[in-house]
Order: sequence, then structure tokens, then C-alpha cells
Amino acid sequence: MKILVTVKEVAEAADDFEIEGTDIGEQFLEYDLNEWDDYAVEAAVQLSEEYDDVEVVSATIGPERSEETIRMALAKGVDRAIRVWDDDVAGADLDVAAKTRLFAAVVEEEEPDLVLSGVQAADDGFGATGVSLADEIGFDWAAVVNHLDTDDDLSTAHVHRELEGGIEELTDVDLPAVLTIQTGLNEPRYASLRGIRQAQGKEIAEFGLADLGLDADAVASPIERTAMYEPETESDATYFDGSADEQAAQLADVLRDKGVVSE
Amino acid sequence: MSDVLAVADHRRGELRDVSFEIVRAGRELAADLGGDLHLAVIAGDTEAFADRLSLAGVDAIHVVDDGVEFNHDLYAGATAALFEELSPTAVLMPNSVNGLDYAPAVANRLDLPLVADAVGLAYDGGLEATREMYGSKVETAVGVSEEPFAVTVRGGEWAAVEETADVPVEAFDYEFDESASGARVQGFEEVGAGDVDIADAEFLVSIGRGIEEEENLELIEELAEVTGATLSSSRPIVDNGWLPKNRQVGQSGKQVTPDVYLAIGISGAVQHVAGMKGAETIIAINTDPNAPIFDIADYGIVGDLFDVVPELIEQFS
Repeated sequence: MKILVTVKEVAEAADDFEIEGTDIGEQFLEYDLNEWDDYAVEAAVQLSEEYDDVEVVSATIGPERSEETIRMALAKGVDRAIRVWDDDVAGADLDVAAKTRLFAAVVEEEEPDLVLSGVQAADDGFGATGVSLADEIGFDWAAVVNHLDTDDDLSTAHVHRELEGGIEELTDVDLPAVLTIQTGLNEPRYASLRGIRQAQGKEIAEFGLADLGLDADAVASPIERTAMYEPETESDATYFDGSADEQAAQLADVLRDKGVVSE
Repeated sequence: MSDVLAVADHRRGELRDVSFEIVRAGRELAADLGGDLHLAVIAGDTEAFADRLSLAGVDAIHVVDDGVEFNHDLYAGATAALFEELSPTAVLMPNSVNGLDYAPAVANRLDLPLVADAVGLAYDGGLEATREMYGSKVETAVGVSEEPFAVTVRGGEWAAVEETADVPVEAFDYEFDESASGARVQGFEEVGAGDVDIADAEFLVSIGRGIEEEENLELIEELAEVTGATLSSSRPIVDNGWLPKNRQVGQSGKQVTPDVYLAIGISGAVQHVAGMKGAETIIAINTDPNAPIFDIADYGIVGDLFDVVPELIEQFS
């Protein structure tokens, strides 16, 4: 069995940042493995530990810098990795459809039995690539999965989908399938020193559009970010100033006034 | 005609709030486009749902009377078929958990550009959607240069339409082969039951990512004890297994309406705010002055919780 995990290096903005053009200035961004994808990686690695002959492959669309993120997944037990990038991809504003075409080409190459993907990326928050990919490649799917069991023969996944308001939907999904993974599904492991050392020796294959049988049309997008701005603050909060003990004293007064704390 | 097709959301026999909100988003967009607003109601008690959704600004309701609950194959298939029948310029779907499970498939199937999780929509010769990025720290304008297009709209961003009207209801015949669907809903489960119901609490002390380490929870537990507060949290604390699910406030946790909600080290992500904005008084302690929690707070302390909380404990000890 082969499990493909789509992973993304996401940018996180510093508390204080400046916008330059239609993005936050590069110097205010820090990069990390997308939190949702970390849970997807863990789910895949756990399945590979539970069953014999499971290979876990991660696929990412990202520049050379993102290899650091991919190494993190490799250090946690992913067997090998694929990175999709070239000048055309770098120059494109990738929308869901473009990412779907790229990952669909990777799926055609790898022929996985199961694809795991984070529910959404922490930076742009579209939350759509996994299900779009499933539809494109003709796999079954389930979105926002926070519990996963599999049949012994790996023919069916028994999942819980986390709905709003503390309700979970219990669903059976036939494999092959794409599952989009919610945080809390498991406890992502830390990469061990041994894992980090081993990751250095694992393969990261690079694919450009031509390698995937695609051309620049595959990443053409009718969606374009035209502006970025800081939302106008709606805050009309009363702020408590002073030292920590002065702030605490003012807060304590409010709590007493509201009658929620009795002494 | 430049019509809009919007899809309602329901669960366990109840229409969800976003169904009434998407009507407003849809009718505003239809007005900009100069077309009609069509509303799709798929599965469940469609007759009762259509009756409730006979709202001002809706030009037609199309009901697909098949199935009881949400099934993404039914929803994706029926929405796509309805789209092909009506040829609208826009299809709006909710950015709910169910929306996440079928809207991307609809866009892919119909080869439509998809803008997900829109918080604003404007049309002036082309769609311009407003979205958030980087954990709500910034807003972006997103232009779409192709038509038709698909959009999922965030719940709580458009005011619900309540004014009723007499809207024609039409049955839309869609052949759904359930046996061909590889995803089968087996049931539902309520999670988070436990000894404490945070929804009943008058005073919640709630903790988020800012607590950093599990052992630091002791500090907050001490605060809850000396103030007689009930302890709750945002999602990451529960994901880490530091508190049980029944303590989680937010979209996927509990909705709470205490007299006072003291948010400590909680940034105020939209999913969290959805669960606690009904609190009478909101107080926030956070090191980041730009944290979205301050936008809805009545009182704020920009400061380090590890300095402020011990002093607060001191006040009540």
C-alpha cells in the first residue's frame, strides 16, 4: 500500500509586520510545516507502523527553501518526498484548480491507495485542495476528519468528521480515498535525532511541469490577489495600563463589579 | 441573465444559520449582477425547509427530495446538475464543514474558479471577493477574471435574511445512485459530554496557545479556583490533550454565553470567536496588541499572562 501525504510549507506573520504590495514583507514571515499537514503526516506514519508494506510518500509544491519542511516530514517517518517546482510554477498565482492539476499529475505518477492532506493551510486558508483533488482523480473522500480507523484489509476507512457544535459524523469511506485531516486526530511526534539524521539520506525528487506531462497552462489561474491590507480595528476595548500588578488590580475591580467573583 | 445559485445548509432536521445568511450574500450579488437568486435545498424535509426559506429576495427555490442528511456525492452531483440547468454566473456555497466536503468538488466538476471562505463580495464587471489570510491578521482583495465562478461564504459575515416572501418552489429531479457513493454516513455522535457543562457557567476563565506548556495550566487552574471560575479553552489546548473536549469553546466545541469571559493567551481566531462572542463581558490578556481577540473585547490587557495572572491570583487570595 502507498500513502501520499500532501504537505505545505506555510508562512506565519510576526506580531509586528508591514505589508509590501499584495503580501506581507518577506522579512516579517517565518516558515514552517503546515500544522494540519503535521497531523496528516503522523496519521500516515502510524498506518505504516501498523501495517506491513506501507510506503509513505510526501508531495509538496514549493521552492527549494521548502525542502527544510519536507526534511521534517522525512525525519518523522515519511519514506521519500516529491517537490514540484519550476519557473512557471514559481511565477504563477496558484489557485485550487492549479494545485489540483499538479497533485493529480503526481497521483498519476505514484498511484497511491490513500491520500492524506491537511484540512487547510494556515496561511491562505482555502481548505479546498484535498476534496478538489479527490474529485479530479476519481477517489472517494472525506473532509475534516478527526478520527480514523481502517479495516484490516485496508479496504475501508472508518472516519469521524468533526462538524460544528460538538457533533461528529461517523462515515465509512471506501479506499482509494482522499482524507483531509483536522488537528487533534493524533499526537504528532517530534522528529528524533536519529530520524533527522536518516532524513538527510532520503530522496527528495524534483518535478517540473514537463516531468509531470504538463505545460504552463496547468498553472494559469483566473484568480489574482489584488490587494492586502490590515483590517480596520474594531476594538473599543478599555485597556488597563501600568505594571502587571496595577493591571491585575483594575481587572480584579471589574470582576468584582460584574459580581462574578465573591470574596 | 446573470443569476446566482446559492445552496442551503441543514443538519439533523434543522436549517443552519448560514442558510439565511447566504440568502443575503446571494441576493446582494444577484442585484449587482442584475439577475435572479435561486436557492437549492437538498435532502431532508425539503418541504419544511423550503417553507422556512421563502425569504425576501429569493426568486426561486429548487428542492432535491432525496436522502435525509448531508451526503457529499448527492450535494456535489445535485448542485452541479442544477448549475447546468440554470447556467448562473455564480454558485455560492457555505464554508461550513459540509461545504468543505462538497464545494471544491462542485468547482472542479464544473471547471469553475473557486474563492473559498469569502467574508465580502462585490461585483463591478468582475468579482472581487474579500478574504482573510495569515490567521486573520490581514484582509485581501481577490479578483476573479473568469465567469462563471464558485464562492464559499463564511458563516456569520452576512446578516441573516428574516423577511418572508412567497417564493415559488420547484422540484428538481436529480437521479442519485446512493449505491455508487463510496462514502456512507453511519450516524452522528455528540462529543464532549462530561461532568462540567461550560455552557452553564457564569464566569469562564479560558486559556489558549499562549500558555505554551502543559505544566503552566496549573497557574490558570489556581486562578479559576480563587475566583470560583470555570475553566475552558480554545482548540489547541484540547488538541494537545491538556484539557478534555468538553472544555473547548468554539465552532467545533461549545457555544458559551457567560456573564464574563476572561480570554488568556487566546488570539481570537474566527472559529473560537464564533463560540464566545455572546458573552456579556469579554476580557482579554494577550502579548500581541494586534490579536483579533481585542476587536471584540470590552476590556484588554496587552501583557504577558505569566506576569499578570499571578498578580490577579494575589488579588483574590
